[in-house]
Amino acid sequence: PEPLAAAPGGYDPGEELTPEADATSYNNFYEFGTGKGDPKARSGDFNPRPWSIKVDGMVGKPAEFDLDALMALGLEERTYRMRCVEAWSMVIPWIGFPLAALLDKVEPQGSAKYVAFETIVRAQEMPGQRGAFQPLDWPYVEGLRLDEARHPLTIMAMGLYGKTLPNQNGAPVRLVVPWKYGFKGIKSIVRMTLTEEQPASTWNRLAPNEYGFYANVNPAVDHPRWSQAKENRIGGGGFFGSNERPTLPFNGYGDEVASLYDGMDLTVNF
Amino acid sequence: MPLPALPKRYHPASIWALYAVGLLPAVWTFYLGATGQLIGNPVKIFEHLLGEWALRFMILTLLISPIRDVLGINWVRYRRALGLLAFWYVAMHFLAYMVLDKRLAIDVIVEDVFKRWFITIGMAGFVLLIPLALTSNRWSIRRLGPGWNKLHRLIYPIAAAGALHYCLSVKVIGPEQLIYAGLITILIAWRLVRRHYMDWKRGKRQSSSELASAIPRAD
Repeated sequence: PEPLAAAPGGYDPGEELTPEADATSYNNFYEFGTGKGDPKARSGDFNPRPWSIKVDGMVGKPAEFDLDALMALGLEERTYRMRCVEAWSMVIPWIGFPLAALLDKVEPQGSAKYVAFETIVRAQEMPGQRGAFQPLDWPYVEGLRLDEARHPLTIMAMGLYGKTLPNQNGAPVRLVVPWKYGFKGIKSIVRMTLTEEQPASTWNRLAPNEYGFYANVNPAVDHPRWSQAKENRIGGGGFFGSNERPTLPFNGYGDEVASLYDGMDLTVNF
Repeated sequence: MPLPALPKRYHPASIWALYAVGLLPAVWTFYLGATGQLIGNPVKIFEHLLGEWALRFMILTLLISPIRDVLGINWVRYRRALGLLAFWYVAMHFLAYMVLDKRLAIDVIVEDVFKRWFITIGMAGFVLLIPLALTSNRWSIRRLGPGWNKLHRLIYPIAAAGALHYCLSVKVIGPEQLIYAGLITILIAWRLVRRHYMDWKRGKRQSSSELASAIPRAD
């Protein structure tokens, strides 16, 4: 990773940052393996440059954005809480641009309702995509409702801790939606498609009873195999330093986003 | 198969060495976790490591008798230590879950055990393992007689529970889960075919000795 400059974006929960060493060594990125240490240990061969994202579907101006074009969308630094569906959390200073800025460029059609995202498939550089045993169907796919994608909190991150994204964190560009569980934050994105129908999402397809399409952080709706009421804030200190805290509805971003879901039963649309 | 045999006077020492070496992963990882040297999620890393070692010792325990049957190597003297190591790792795994992970929140633990299948199954395996650990001594073997063997056959459902608990605990079953579950399945299935194998082996030995005595010696 190289230094990456960005203007302060004005978002900071005022909580202690997760040590960079933890945020860059404890990751879920199954393209590199299912273990938490695999993404860091096994992503050395991955080369995220050059890169481009193709945006197509129900848009007025389909386009392909290379890294320079993405960076020109206005990088800012924003510190967000990150809550994994596995009941741990971090506080990470991301560098990214609002996804809305990119969507404006391609001019979504009036009937477009969703954005589908796709991760790269590159088995020769991603050991989790090779071999006899494949845990997931590739490419990894995710989706957002268009209003979620346009929400000012939703960013496409290209860096963290003042540097470009390390491979294990989703280089060179990934989605960050701070009020949703971390698996919605699809990494190493190569394609986005605007659609009228709700797109598939990888974990929902694998276990629909465990992972919903919305995946909003919600302490009141347990994962079938563990409680979501509390979370373990990752960071230093060993056994006795890691601290448990209550999980907040919408990961503490309820004031900004709860209205997106007015009238919806969030125990059904989990 | 001729292996260099360990002189009998070293047998007790080798068993104690096995206990010492066997507990090392737990002691070392506990030290790393307690001193802040486990990066990421130290509690989960430690908890999962203990569970995985429990499965490894369970598999080694189940391997002792097929090794004797197939290879003719008798390591039965290590089986009790391996079984007890498996027990200690399961107990530590549960303790780590209870104390470090759930911080003794009994209501949460009770809910987990009764509501979440993979924890129910793991817990059942642990509970069943306790009488085996308590009777892993000479006095119990003498005292229980043939009942001891019957009781210790519980190791098969316990091992199956361990494998199932592991497979159901993860978000997606990966190669590690398949390897552990596969080995345990094979080792349990072995018990079903063992008798046939031993009959076949005995028959072969018998017929080859009959053959040998039927051939006139050329001297």
